[in-house]
Amino acid sequence: MRVRLMRWVPLALFAFFAGVAGYMLTQEKNQFVESAMIGEQLPEFALKPASAGLPGATRSDFVGGKPRLLNIWASWCLPCIAEAPQLEALKAQGVEIFGIAIRDRPEDVANFLSRYGNPYARIGADDISEVQLAIGSSGVPETFVIDAAGTIRYQHIGDIREDDVALLLAELEKVK
Amino acid sequence: MIRALVLFIAALMALPLAAQDTMPPAPYAYNQLDDPAQEAEAAALMATLRCLKCQSQSIADSDAPMAGDMRHQVRSRILAGESPDDIRAWLIARYGDYVSYNPTISASTWPLFAIPVLLILIVAAVLLRRLGKRREGDAAGDEGDAA
Repeated sequence: MRVRLMRWVPLALFAFFAGVAGYMLTQEKNQFVESAMIGEQLPEFALKPASAGLPGATRSDFVGGKPRLLNIWASWCLPCIAEAPQLEALKAQGVEIFGIAIRDRPEDVANFLSRYGNPYARIGADDISEVQLAIGSSGVPETFVIDAAGTIRYQHIGDIREDDVALLLAELEKVK
Repeated sequence: MIRALVLFIAALMALPLAAQDTMPPAPYAYNQLDDPAQEAEAAALMATLRCLKCQSQSIADSDAPMAGDMRHQVRSRILAGESPDDIRAWLIARYGDYVSYNPTISASTWPLFAIPVLLILIVAAVLLRRLGKRREGDAAGDEGDAA
């Protein structure tokens, strides 16, 4: 009797495996790679201005005063256009936003800002994605909350939607 | 109808272009290091690092601009004297284990390494018991198999 039952073990194992595989196939895959730098210090960097008329960005610009947003974006990035009004809304709430433009040309940045508005106090040009890689960002757009001590406190992946504005304001308030 | 179809196909082709930058690649994205030994080190490392944009490819396989920028990081850091292990650790500190194709034993991955060993041990135990029984059966003469 015991031997009979044992014969079913491989089939049961196979059914279990097939069940797990089938279940996992129906689950939505999380495509986002989250930064492991939350809670870490913003690394040292100094980026030249991405466009004439706006200062570039360095690490020390993030230190002191109040928490700020670091927005990773690019003029060639389509979701960044959708995000522009929400950044504008955050700026209207008194949030200081520093941008880092990934692999971008000054004339393209200027063109983007004149078409979709400029919510940025500074924009650094990251021509080889070095700051993006140094803070664990894996795409555009992404937005980081940086506290006044220069520590990375929160990461928002993807474009900021209307309902994300309140969320980001809350995260900024939390680290004040 | 045909015009609509052509427009539709053209629109499909235009989208990926619109989402690409036009900047030249980073200096070491497509240029090898002068020292063959250093280049070999870099190449071996790049083959085991995940492209974050195109997540099923290594950065050595991918033509995504971001993969090029990651290759530039790898090559310029090797050139600066960093070891491949340091560079891998630097990336893991930023993106987690996910960025590395080189499997390590950690709190979440140890079953992957332990289960095969365990299965082999179980199979060995079962086989030994069965073979042992059979031999006992043979020794006892005409008692026959239990199975």
